[in-house]
Amino acid sequence: MAKKILIADDEANIVASLEFLMRQKGYEVRVAGDGAQALAMVAEFAPDLLLLDVMMPQLSGYDVCQRIRALPDGQRTRIIMLSAKGREAEVSKGLAVGADAYVTKPFSTQDLVARVAQLLGE
Amino acid sequence: MLSDRVVIPAALAYLGALFALAYYADRRADRGRSLIANPYIYALSLGVYATAWTFYGSVGRAAANGVGFLPIYLGPTLMMALWWMVMRKIIRISKAHRITSLADFVSSRYGKSALLAGLVTVIAVVGVIPYIALQLKAVSTSYTILVRYPEIAMPAQAAATPIAADTAFWVALVLAAFSILFGTRHLDASERHEGLVAAIALESIVKLVAFLAVGAFVTYGIFDGMGDIFGRAAASARLAPLLAPLAVTGAYSSWAWLMLLSALAIMFLPRQFQVAVVENVDEDHLRKAVWLFPLYMLAINVFVVPIAFGGVLHFGADAVDPDTFVLTLPMARQQPALALLVFIGGLSAATGMVIVETIALSTMVCNDLVMPVLLRLRPLRLAERADLSRLLLAIRRGAIVAVILLGYLYFRLAGDAYALVAIGLISFAAVAQFAPAVLGGIYWKGATRRGALAGLAAGFAVWLYTLLLPSFAKSGWLAGGFLRDGPWGVALLRPHEFLGLTGLDEITHAMLWSMIANVGAYVAVSVLTRPGVAEQAQAARFVDIFRHGSEGLAAHLWKGSASLPELNALLARFLGPARAAAAVAEFAQRRGLSAPAQLAADADFVHFAETALAGAIGGASARIMVAATVNEESLSADEVRAILDEASQLIAYSHQLERKSSELEAATAELRAANARLQELDRMKDDFVSTVTHELRTPLTSIRAFSEILHDNPDLDAAERARFLAIVIKESERLTRLINQVLDLAKLDSGRAEWTVAELDLKEVIDEAISATSQLFRDRNVALDTHFDGNAPRVHADRDRLMQVIINLLSNAVKFVAADSGRVVVALTAGAGELRVSVADNGPGIPVGDQATIFEKFRQAGDTMTAKPHGTGLGLPISRQIIEHFGGRLWVENEAGGGAKFVFALPAGRPADAAA
Repeated sequence: MAKKILIADDEANIVASLEFLMRQKGYEVRVAGDGAQALAMVAEFAPDLLLLDVMMPQLSGYDVCQRIRALPDGQRTRIIMLSAKGREAEVSKGLAVGADAYVTKPFSTQDLVARVAQLLGE
Repeated sequence: MLSDRVVIPAALAYLGALFALAYYADRRADRGRSLIANPYIYALSLGVYATAWTFYGSVGRAAANGVGFLPIYLGPTLMMALWWMVMRKIIRISKAHRITSLADFVSSRYGKSALLAGLVTVIAVVGVIPYIALQLKAVSTSYTILVRYPEIAMPAQAAATPIAADTAFWVALVLAAFSILFGTRHLDASERHEGLVAAIALESIVKLVAFLAVGAFVTYGIFDGMGDIFGRAAASARLAPLLAPLAVTGAYSSWAWLMLLSALAIMFLPRQFQVAVVENVDEDHLRKAVWLFPLYMLAINVFVVPIAFGGVLHFGADAVDPDTFVLTLPMARQQPALALLVFIGGLSAATGMVIVETIALSTMVCNDLVMPVLLRLRPLRLAERADLSRLLLAIRRGAIVAVILLGYLYFRLAGDAYALVAIGLISFAAVAQFAPAVLGGIYWKGATRRGALAGLAAGFAVWLYTLLLPSFAKSGWLAGGFLRDGPWGVALLRPHEFLGLTGLDEITHAMLWSMIANVGAYVAVSVLTRPGVAEQAQAARFVDIFRHGSEGLAAHLWKGSASLPELNALLARFLGPARAAAAVAEFAQRRGLSAPAQLAADADFVHFAETALAGAIGGASARIMVAATVNEESLSADEVRAILDEASQLIAYSHQLERKSSELEAATAELRAANARLQELDRMKDDFVSTVTHELRTPLTSIRAFSEILHDNPDLDAAERARFLAIVIKESERLTRLINQVLDLAKLDSGRAEWTVAELDLKEVIDEAISATSQLFRDRNVALDTHFDGNAPRVHADRDRLMQVIINLLSNAVKFVAADSGRVVVALTAGAGELRVSVADNGPGIPVGDQATIFEKFRQAGDTMTAKPHGTGLGLPISRQIIEHFGGRLWVENEAGGGAKFVFALPAGRPADAAA
């Protein structure tokens, strides 16, 4: 059974590139356009991995991550944070709220795909 | 039902209640919780100005003269406007010198002259006695009328009744007793009479309430409102002429003089000086008093004319004395309770005046008349007695009794000759004589003791001759020919037509002559004589009180040697041992010494002792006593001048230092603010860079991702390849636009932007902007309307920059409205000196909370910068900078039916700062 990946980002073009990359690897992909939607879909879709943008409307990526980790089965989803903010403090904050990895934009597509595969234990 | 068995206990109970209040206020003051330390009590205590003369007499005068009673209240109202300048200075001086009476004030100013203090005291006593007589008359008349209720009968002539049966005599005795209780329970002329002031303030309320009550009763109970009374008065042959009061010959000059007279009285009546200066707690209270007190006078005068006219209409002519209308109108309408309230109100007015006046006078009589004489009488050896404070109290009590009995005597002799108002004016004219010496004294250093003596004596003499003696003559005490033909038949000396001056009423006539004599003698003699050494020093301390402050200077002006024990003994004799010790201990503490024994008998201590003594026995007597106790070397006039010069140099120097240090403080504060501003700017710059970086990375992310995808997947189908390439191109354009705008903003921010200013027609610019954005409108099928004001003038601005603004607003609007149903309206209107361009849409509108932030960099409505479906977030900040560069404004408002309306206004013509 294909692994499930949720993409949460408000930039349509970035979502389009991520969607292409993940489908190409055979994952089942869903998309959320903001933080609140992302949180709802985590419960409903139960993704194996979440590609989570930090700067989103309604609820920031940090908040989404923190709330997922606070859920009873919140540890089972791998979370990669994506952000155009690459400062030291922001990276550590992302890891502190429970992200498994923090990738700064713009990213290398090959690196990102490899990172996803590694976190999914493939 | 209103027999003496009701009225007397009611009156005594009221006075007793007042005394209880005074007692309570004194106790509170002793515990440091002053009842009177607020401007409202201060203003109410000034209401002691309104005596029985106001309470009963104003109505009488209004019945005879219409609004002719008013100048007595207009004068003080106008004077209050000057109080912050004049009265504050007098209060400041009085506090610095521990001045306790008007006589003390005048004498202190002119070198602590005992002679001058005595003269002021004599004038005050002689001048005010008729006024006290008036109060006695008012109380006894009102009492006599009231106890005959329900019958209304005018009392018999006072002279016809034996003294023991004369109500006025008993009133005098009761008032004397209360004055002694209020004013001289213990010796504290140097301190304030807190209880007295509280009681006076309450009396002011009571008399106001009583007067308003009877006024309302007459106006709305007996008659049908003001309109009714004035309507009937206009129809009455007796009253109609009073509605045009100033039609009488000479009325204007009479009004002017009466206003001047009462303006001076409000400052120089002994009781006014007592409550306004001596009892003042805080000179800041003047701020409120200067409008509260006129308000009080306005309130107590509102019903005067209605009562007067109502009385005449009700009783007809001459059946009832108009001075009694306040009382007789409620009686005639069978309102015993109201009549009793009126009586209590009148009693308040009279007792307030008599008590404060006699206390003020007794202080003067004791300190400035009796003590200087007693201290000089060597056989009495008074200076050697151990404790004189009991003697001082006894003298004051005696003085109170004497003053009130003199008032009674005047009432018996002359009281029936005049209506109430005329008697009061005689007193006003007497105290007005103090004006040149006091006002001159605090503003003119050249005024001398001899000048003050000459002015006062001359003015007083004229007053005696033109007002007091005629009042005796009218009472039959002097031959009638004195008034009619002049003394010894010399017509030129007729008291009411002196030197043939006719056509003036007696008060105006007397004021004119007495002021000519007083001011003339004061100025002439002052100019012709040289001030003594002590006078020069005091003149400087008075006139320059605001520059010198209170302390310091006086001590420089003393040279000699003194003994500490002797000075202490001197203080103990007059203040009593306990209070003397307390005062010395406090002085020691102020000097930073732990025990009074460490004090040195230096110039400072001598000055302190003299000031403390002045509080108890007056400046002149204190000077005598200190001079007798210490060995003084007299300073020469040159020495005094040198010291004064040095002192003013020191003061000027310290003022300079003060100014420098405050300048430094200001500079420090400015630097601190500038530093904070710089730090804030630095933080803003950091934030900006971080945000710009983020904004640049976002399109770059898509570009890189799709470039790599295209690179790694050469076998993509053509449609997908085209879609991805389109994204790369679009995001590259976004990146370019962003970079351009950031650079643009940086140029605008730093002021390096280039501007090409020309005169241009906004209509053309708008049209051009519309055609530039027409594709956007077509794409989304949004309607665009324009409304142009045909008369719009041209503006001076940069064409391309304005176009940039309008394009920005148009493309924002088209983005935020719904496709197909969207509608945008562009309007150009000409207003007062400016042109307005508005771009309104029917989109969702801007929440009020966001209307300011959308003009900040990287902000858009609805969310923080994270929600960025459209645009760079720099368009509006740039637009605003451009509009403000041309002296205009750019803002947003919500349309009534939803939708946002962006408006910018540009000044028409050439703005001054946009020449670049």
